Amino acid sequence: MLAKRIIPCLDVKDGKVVKGVHFENLKDAGEPVASAEYYCQQGADELVFLDISATIEKRKTMKGLVRNVASNISIPFTVGGGIKNTQDILTLLENGADKISINTEAVRNPDIVYEAAKKFGSQCIVVAIDAKKTGKNRWEVYVKSGKIPSGIEVKEWAKKVEDLGCGEILLTSIDADGTLGGYDLELTRTIASVVKIPVIASGGAGSIEHLYKVLVEGNASAVLIASLLHFNQFTITQIKEALRDKKIAVRI
Amino acid sequence: MTGIINYGAGNIFSLFNNIKRLDEKALIISKPEMLSKVHRIVLPGVGAFDEGMLHLTKNCLSEAIIEQVKKGKPMLGICLGLQMLFENSEEGKLKGLSILKGAVRKFPRKKNLPVPHMGWNSVRILKKSLFLKGIQDESFFYFAHSYYSIPEEKNIIYGITEYGFEFTSIVQKENLVGVQFHPEKSGECGFRLIKNFVKMK
Repeated sequence: MLAKRIIPCLDVKDGKVVKGVHFENLKDAGEPVASAEYYCQQGADELVFLDISATIEKRKTMKGLVRNVASNISIPFTVGGGIKNTQDILTLLENGADKISINTEAVRNPDIVYEAAKKFGSQCIVVAIDAKKTGKNRWEVYVKSGKIPSGIEVKEWAKKVEDLGCGEILLTSIDADGTLGGYDLELTRTIASVVKIPVIASGGAGSIEHLYKVLVEGNASAVLIASLLHFNQFTITQIKEALRDKKIAVRI
Repeated sequence: MTGIINYGAGNIFSLFNNIKRLDEKALIISKPEMLSKVHRIVLPGVGAFDEGMLHLTKNCLSEAIIEQVKKGKPMLGICLGLQMLFENSEEGKLKGLSILKGAVRKFPRKKNLPVPHMGWNSVRILKKSLFLKGIQDESFFYFAHSYYSIPEEKNIIYGITEYGFEFTSIVQKENLVGVQFHPEKSGECGFRLIKNFVKMK
């Protein structure tokens, strides 16, 4: 049976993990690899690295990080943040990334999703959608790290990126993100029902019950978690065991 | 030395690293004449069926691969690399390598079963072989695909996986092995498979 995936998210700045596990005694250069290995050993099913560097120049360091991570772990990982064209994607894939997450650029130029999926395969193209609630069963797509409204309705956008060939949707609720109050179940369930590609739920996880709900009631294929792990509340092993006890299929 | 066929379309870095971790030399193959230099071949899989086949035929690799396999050189097909071993695919119009009889089909649309079939799923081992040595029944492997193969010769099916129905996830016919999942991304179990393959002669 296909297992529900638990995916830690690590923020990266200038080639270093800035949010993640605290490794006090480790040198900066080793940190991304150490974080990746740490989660990998705990049983993470995949990893997501999100580049939050402000400048293109600093983004270039991502290539080295990707190479370093890929040389040391053997589970799939996604890289996102600042992807502008298929050349950016090729560079990251060639250095060992398995999937590329596109957000703002997909809204600005949807063709990038089509071109990338055709060239590299749907399985490695993830479209990240940042959604903000605007009314009953309605959400709006936000871009530029959730700051700028795009005027696009999330259901429409999800269907469109699926048609363009993306293989997975990383769905973040801006309203729930960072609140630790639980995922936006209605949003996740709605989007999971309008597309047939897997939906990764993101934003709001504060307890194992929240993960359980979004996987069962929200029909998410996977959950992205950050704060829940980074503040050392739970380990992935603990999360997976608790989910297994609640009859969720997980890989242990 | 193990050769990895390069399509220029994505991630063969992990595969390369897995092989290097075994102290085995790895050669990235882009030309047919390079195939005779290696002891075994990995046909990785990324992208779409037609794009993959087009790449192989354009670079005169199709015929060379078939010839090497006929000679008994071990080959491992991964994901699309497994699918291309068959005669045709619902994904494309081009003919496959046709080393194995059978076809490739798309997963049907079913409620609560998203396509691509993406993530970790377990494999039921039907038969034992040296390639599968040390792999426990129902071990988890990482899958990322929308199409699955239907071999005509049922005796080559060594592993199956459940996703709405049971599909073929491991095939073996003498020195030719194929897996629908990505061993290079499947942690220690996947690494074990690559290790077993690298021992094949």
